[in-house]
Amino acid sequence: MQTSVSVKNLTLAFGAVKVLEGLNLDVGTGEFLVLLGPSGCGKSTLLNCLAGLLEISEGQIFISGKNVTWEEPKDRGIGMVFQSYALYPQMTVERNLSFGLRVSGMPREEIEKRVARASEILQIQPLLKRKPAELSGGQRQRVAIGRALVRDVDVFLFDEPLSNLDAKLRSDLRVEIKRLHQRLKNTMIYVTHDQIEAMTLADRIAIMRNGVIQQLDTPHAVYNNPVNLFVAGFIGSPTMNFLNGRIDGSTFSIDALNIPLGNYKFEKDGVGKLDGILGVRPEHIAVGEDAKKMPFQLDSEIEIVEPMGSDTVGWTKVAGQSVTFRCSSDIPLAPGQKITIGFDPARGSLFDAQSGVRV
Amino acid sequence: MTDVATTAIAVEAPARRKRRIPYAAIIGTLPMIIVSFSVFFVAIIFVVIWSFTNSGMFPGFNFVGLAQYTRLWSTSLWQVAVNNIWFFGVMSLCVNLVFGFLLAVFMDQNIKHESVFRTIFLYPFSMSLVVTGLAWQWILDPNLGLQESIRNLGWTDFALAPLVHRETAIYGLVVAGIWQGSGVTMAIMLAGLRGVDQEVWKAAKIDGIPTWRTYLFIVIPMMRGALGTVLLLQLTGIVRTFDLVYAMTSGGPGIATQMPAMYVISFITVRLNVGQGMAAATMLLLPIALILIIRAIVTTVQARRRGINA
Repeated sequence: MQTSVSVKNLTLAFGAVKVLEGLNLDVGTGEFLVLLGPSGCGKSTLLNCLAGLLEISEGQIFISGKNVTWEEPKDRGIGMVFQSYALYPQMTVERNLSFGLRVSGMPREEIEKRVARASEILQIQPLLKRKPAELSGGQRQRVAIGRALVRDVDVFLFDEPLSNLDAKLRSDLRVEIKRLHQRLKNTMIYVTHDQIEAMTLADRIAIMRNGVIQQLDTPHAVYNNPVNLFVAGFIGSPTMNFLNGRIDGSTFSIDALNIPLGNYKFEKDGVGKLDGILGVRPEHIAVGEDAKKMPFQLDSEIEIVEPMGSDTVGWTKVAGQSVTFRCSSDIPLAPGQKITIGFDPARGSLFDAQSGVRV
Repeated sequence: MTDVATTAIAVEAPARRKRRIPYAAIIGTLPMIIVSFSVFFVAIIFVVIWSFTNSGMFPGFNFVGLAQYTRLWSTSLWQVAVNNIWFFGVMSLCVNLVFGFLLAVFMDQNIKHESVFRTIFLYPFSMSLVVTGLAWQWILDPNLGLQESIRNLGWTDFALAPLVHRETAIYGLVVAGIWQGSGVTMAIMLAGLRGVDQEVWKAAKIDGIPTWRTYLFIVIPMMRGALGTVLLLQLTGIVRTFDLVYAMTSGGPGIATQMPAMYVISFITVRLNVGQGMAAATMLLLPIALILIIRAIVTTVQARRRGINA
């Protein structure tokens, strides 16, 4: 895979506070990379550094093979879409799309061609004569994407573009962005705090915390093999169950309860004995008849039932620790009911209780 | 027919239920309403009424039609005053706007000690115009002020005493007016600038739009509210220009810096011709009333247009 955007040893400091430190990142050509993390983790800051809106303290940034560390934003070959749309409110949609090109002195025919193409792709032709105030949120964001599109660049940067939209529009536009990526095949770097956006859009997800990329991998890998407790807890809703206990060779014991780890693939052999945390996704816990097929089973009592429509989330206890499980909404569940739950520890994740790192 | 009637009622009903009379708000604002009604509204009406009478020392009701107005416009004193207010108004308004905006832009560059600068720039506005006028009169006085102190430094033929010459006195007034007014223009403009979404700036940077063009074509159009406020504030200030001129030149030398507001006061108090003073006052009211009416029309038209589109 050819690299499109490459960040080498990037450090950004505001005075003595280092927001990003020694960060490295390679994004392949045509890749859709999502920067995901809680607010304040440095994901938007990183994107602003890539765009050239923030001057970095140390390191280098390459875009399309060119060192752009000290280039102006307009010369970096990027287009950017913002959370607040950032349209120029006193200009019509058409002018919003063309203003940057006009200022750069591009010939009129070329501008018209590009505006026509962008508005065709985004289906905003009927809106060209309107002003942003006369558009809905979704239409505004489409115009904002169009403004990036007319620049005819290799790399698109999205800074939480859907966060100002309501849930319905958000999922509609999410699909549109995906469709856009499949059609244009540009490199896209997308910042969000919404894990569903990240999981659905990304080729790879970079999960960030305190300015450090915790894990950079495909959505599937991030979901199923989180590298540490933070990633495991951040991805997935309802969140992963964490059981505190002790790892002893191939058993995980919580007080008197022993869970055989069976085929669990340790990161390296010979872990030995240590305090550990077993993480199990709620949907990997089976109940009733299905539980009987699982390598590990346990009788338990339901405490709370949350029907979600498509499925049901139940709360119970394993060795005194709270556990949620997710099952089909067809299974009748009631608080106080005795049930059998079961799961395959090999599908779970084991972490070192001290460092939080996957073992 | 009955169908139409019932649907009309059905549509109207919820709107009517919503419209409750806000008693508490009315009672709370009643004193202010009474004061502003009696002081402003009634007084303005009487001013207009008396402008059609031949009232002398005391107001009376002996109507003489437009006689006061024809006399007003044939008086050279009034003509000079009107010319002066136009010159002073246009000059100080334009320079104030430009200068205030540039100051605001300067303040918006993430400078250190911003609050110190803001206080300094705003300070003139907090002072009475009489004090401002007096201070500038001293500064521009040929024997006390800048001219004398620079001559004392050795530049003996330095000349800066605009107030003593008929042709230049008005420029002295303009300078004082700008010194007094540009601070508040800056403050309002700065608030307008701060109200512009930072992401718009970022988007303009990505688009490669130079800073000055971003200000001119994107930011200033976004600051319409601030601009309107500044304009209205400045215009009302200009029309009633009195204290500054009174303190600095008292309308002199000769009648070179007479202003309409001074004309009004002098006819009511000194020349004991209330009717003439009222006619001049009505002429002063006219442009402001016109601006307010135009503004009201524009906003309602805009609101209606927006309503249709929505």
